Amino acid sequence: MAHHGVKHDYHIINPSPWPLMGSASAVVWALGMVVGMRGLFGIAKGEWWLMLTGLALIILTMVFWWRDVIKESKAGDHTPVVQIGLRYGMIMFIASEVMFFVSFFWIFFEMALFHGQRSGAMCGIQEVCEAWSKWPPEGVETLDAWHLPLVNTLLLLTSGTTVTWAHHALQQGDRKGAIQGLLLTVILGALFTLVQGFEYMEVLHEHNFHFFLFPDAAGATGAANLYGSAFFMATGFHGFHVLIGTIFLIVCLLRAINGDFTPKKHFGFEAAAWYWHFVDVVWLFLFAFIYVIFGRSH
Amino acid sequence: MSSTATSHDHADADHDHKPGFLDRWVFTTNHKDIGTLYLLFAIFAGIVGGAFSGLIRWELFEPGLQVFAKGSMLDSMGIFDLSNPDHAKHAYNSIVTAHAVIMIFFMVMPAMIGGFGNWFVPIMIGSPDMAFPRLNNISFWMLIASWILLCTSIFTPSGPGGEHGFAGGWTMYPPMSSHIGSPGPAMDLVILSFHLAGASSILGAINFITTIFNMRAPGMTLHRMPLFAWSVLVTAFLLLLSLPVLAGAITMLLTDRNFGTAFFDPTGGGDPIMFQHLFWFFGHPEVYILILPGFGIISHIVSTFSKKPVFGYLAMAYAMVAIGFVGFIVWAHHMYTVGLSFDLRAYFVLATMVIAVPTGVKVFSWIATMWGGSIEFKTPMLWAIGFIFLFTVGGVTGVVLSNAAVDYSLQDTYYVVAHFHYVLSLGAVFSIFAGFYYWFEKMYGVKYNEFLGNLHFWIMFVGVNLIFFPQHFLGLQGMPRRYVDYPTGFTYWNQMSSIGYAITIVGVIVFLVMFVEALIVRRKGVANPWGEGATTLEWTLSSPPPYHQFSELPVIKDEDEHH
Repeated sequence: MAHHGVKHDYHIINPSPWPLMGSASAVVWALGMVVGMRGLFGIAKGEWWLMLTGLALIILTMVFWWRDVIKESKAGDHTPVVQIGLRYGMIMFIASEVMFFVSFFWIFFEMALFHGQRSGAMCGIQEVCEAWSKWPPEGVETLDAWHLPLVNTLLLLTSGTTVTWAHHALQQGDRKGAIQGLLLTVILGALFTLVQGFEYMEVLHEHNFHFFLFPDAAGATGAANLYGSAFFMATGFHGFHVLIGTIFLIVCLLRAINGDFTPKKHFGFEAAAWYWHFVDVVWLFLFAFIYVIFGRSH
Repeated sequence: MSSTATSHDHADADHDHKPGFLDRWVFTTNHKDIGTLYLLFAIFAGIVGGAFSGLIRWELFEPGLQVFAKGSMLDSMGIFDLSNPDHAKHAYNSIVTAHAVIMIFFMVMPAMIGGFGNWFVPIMIGSPDMAFPRLNNISFWMLIASWILLCTSIFTPSGPGGEHGFAGGWTMYPPMSSHIGSPGPAMDLVILSFHLAGASSILGAINFITTIFNMRAPGMTLHRMPLFAWSVLVTAFLLLLSLPVLAGAITMLLTDRNFGTAFFDPTGGGDPIMFQHLFWFFGHPEVYILILPGFGIISHIVSTFSKKPVFGYLAMAYAMVAIGFVGFIVWAHHMYTVGLSFDLRAYFVLATMVIAVPTGVKVFSWIATMWGGSIEFKTPMLWAIGFIFLFTVGGVTGVVLSNAAVDYSLQDTYYVVAHFHYVLSLGAVFSIFAGFYYWFEKMYGVKYNEFLGNLHFWIMFVGVNLIFFPQHFLGLQGMPRRYVDYPTGFTYWNQMSSIGYAITIVGVIVFLVMFVEALIVRRKGVANPWGEGATTLEWTLSSPPPYHQFSELPVIKDEDEHH
C-alpha cells in the first residue's frame, strides 16, 4: 500500500474520471438509440451516428477503466482479501445476468408450457386465445435440434474443456499451453457465432417463424411472430453474451502472451472462464428447451 | 465501545488529506462523499417530485379542470404543453407518472441505499471503504444519466396526438406503453432511463454484498452485524435478483416498439399480461427495497433512544431475510383483476398474508425494545415512533388489500393510493428523516436545532396524515386513481387532502430551514451526542469521521454489542 500508517490490506482507490465519462457516454448512447429508433431533437429516424458515438465512448471508457485495473493489479494492490472481493463481485454479476435470462425464458415457457391453459379457461383476449391454441403455433416450423444446434452445442462444450486446459496450464506455469488453450477457446467461440449467424440467415430466409426485424404491413401475423420474437430474443441475447465472453477471452489471451498471469494470481482469466462457463450453461438450457424438448425433434 | 478505533484516527495526517474539488466531488471514490452526493441529489429530486405532487393536489382541490387547463397559472408558466384539453389531461397523467418514478428511483432509493447505505454500512462493519469504490462512483453518475433521460422524456412527444411525456404510470403497462398507446419517442427515453437506473442499482447491489461479505472487521460476524447493515444486505440481494427481470421486460417492450417483435402485442400472438407478470416480479421486491433499509434505520434509533439493545436482534435480522424471500413469490397480488385463475388468486392471497408475520415480528420487537426503556424523545425518536405507527396503518390496509375478493372493488382506487403512501410517504420517508436527524451531526459535524427538528416532525405528521387518511374514504367510495377530474361528491375529502399537502409543504420548508440554519450557525458536533444507547461503530469515530476511517481495523468482541 502506498499510504504509510495504513494497517489493512484493502484497496483504497484514487479518484478516477472514468465513472463520469462512462455515465456521460451512456447518456449519449441512449439518446442516440432514441434518435435512431424514433427521431429526436430534429434528427431524423434512422440516423445512428449519435448512438455509434456513444457506443465508441463507452468502449473507450471500458478500455481506460480496465487498463487502470490491470495497472493496479501489477502494482500489488490486489492483495488476497481484495481478490476475494473481486470473486464475490464476479459471482454476483453472473447471478444478475442469470436473472436477465430468466425474463426471456419466462416468456418462452409461458408460451411452450401453458399455451393450453391460456387458450382455455384463462381466455381473455380473443386473438391471444387463438394464437395460443396450438403448439407449435400456426405457421411456425421449429428447427431440427440435431442439425446446426447440435454442432453449436458441441462447439461450446469443447470450448469449455479447452478453457479448463488453459486454466490448468496457467496453474502449472505452462504459459505456452495456456496460450494454446485460450487460442482454441477463442476460435471455438468465434465458430459458434459464425454457425449461429448462418442459422439465423437460414431461418430468416426460409421464413420459418414469419419473423421480420422491421415489419411491413404484410409481415408479422399470428402467433408465429411471438414464437420468432421469443426465439430470437433468447438465442440472440445469448449470442451477444458469447460475443462478450469471446472478447473477454481475447483480452486474457493478449494478457497471457504479455505474461501478466502467474500460477498463483490470474483472477482476470478465472473471471473470463467463469463467464464462459455461464454462457455455456445458458446455451445448454436453450438447446434442451428451445431446440430439443419444444423443437422439431420432439 | 471499541477503544482501538478512535485513538489512531488523527495520528496520520496522510489519510485525512482531502483532495481538490473535482477529485473530491466528481471523480470521488470515497464512500462518505459519494453518500453525501446521493443525499443531496435525493433532496433535490424529492423537491421536484414533491412539486409534482403539489400540481396533482392543486388540480384535485376542486372538481373540473383548473390547473391542467389552457389559460391557467400553470399554463402561463409555459413549462408543460396545455394547449388543448387532451394535451392538458395527458400532462396531468404524465406528472402522476413522473412523480412516482422520481420518488421511487431518484428520492427514496438514493437516500436510503446510496446515501445512508454508502455512509454507514462500511463504518458499521468496521471497514475503511466500499469493496469497489470506483464502481460506487459510476453507480451515482449513472443515476444522474438516468435522471437526464427521464427529464428529457417529460418534454418529448409521447401520445398519439403528440402530447408530451409518457402518461401510463410507473408500471408502464402495454398497450399504453406500446407503439399504439405511446408512439412518440418519450416512452423509449423512459425505457432507457430505467435501463440506466437499473444498471446503477445492480452495480450498487454487487458493491454492498461484496463489502458486507468480505470487509467486516475482525470479530464482526454476520450475527453481530448491526441491523442497518443487515437491511442493506437483504435489499442488495433483492435489487440484484429482481432488477434484471425488469431490464428484460423493458428490453422486450423496446423491441416490441421498435424492432417488430410481438411479446406483448396480441395481434402478433403476444400477451400484455405477460408484461405485468414480469414487471411485478420486479415491482414487488422493489417496494421492499424501498422499505427494508428504513427498518434497519428505525431499529438503531429505537434502541439508541430507549437505551436498550434491540429486542430479538436475530429474529429482527431473519425477519428481514424472510420478508425479502417471500417478497419474490407474491407478485401477482398486484394483478388480481386481470383474469387469473381462482387457484392462482387463492395462492397469492395466502402468500401475501404470510408477509404480515415477519413484519409483525419487527413491529412488536420495536415496541418490546421501547418497553421498560428510559426513552428520550429527541427528534430522530419522534420520527421513528411516527414511522412505527404510520407504517403499521399502511401494513394493515395492505392485509385488507391482499384479499383478492376485496381487491376486486378496491383495485386502482384511492384506497390503494392511501395504502402505499402510508407505507412509503409516511413509512419510508419518515425513516429517511429519522436517519437524517440521527446521523446529521455524525455526517456534517454540526448539531441541528432540536426545536426546528421537532417542529418539522409535528407539522409533517399532521400534514401527511391529512393528505392520505381521507384518501381511504375516497377509495372506499370508489374514486379511481390517475384521473384529472372527479364528481362533486368527492370534493370534501379531496379538499382536506389538498389542505394536508399545504401543511406538509410548510413542514418541508422547516426542514430546509433546519438544514441551512445548522450549516450556518455551525454548533460543533461531538463524536457521540446520543450517549450510552448509541453503540454502533460510527459513534466511536469523530464527527465528521476522518476522510479514511479505520486505517487500523477495529476488533469486535461479543461484549461490545455493536449492533
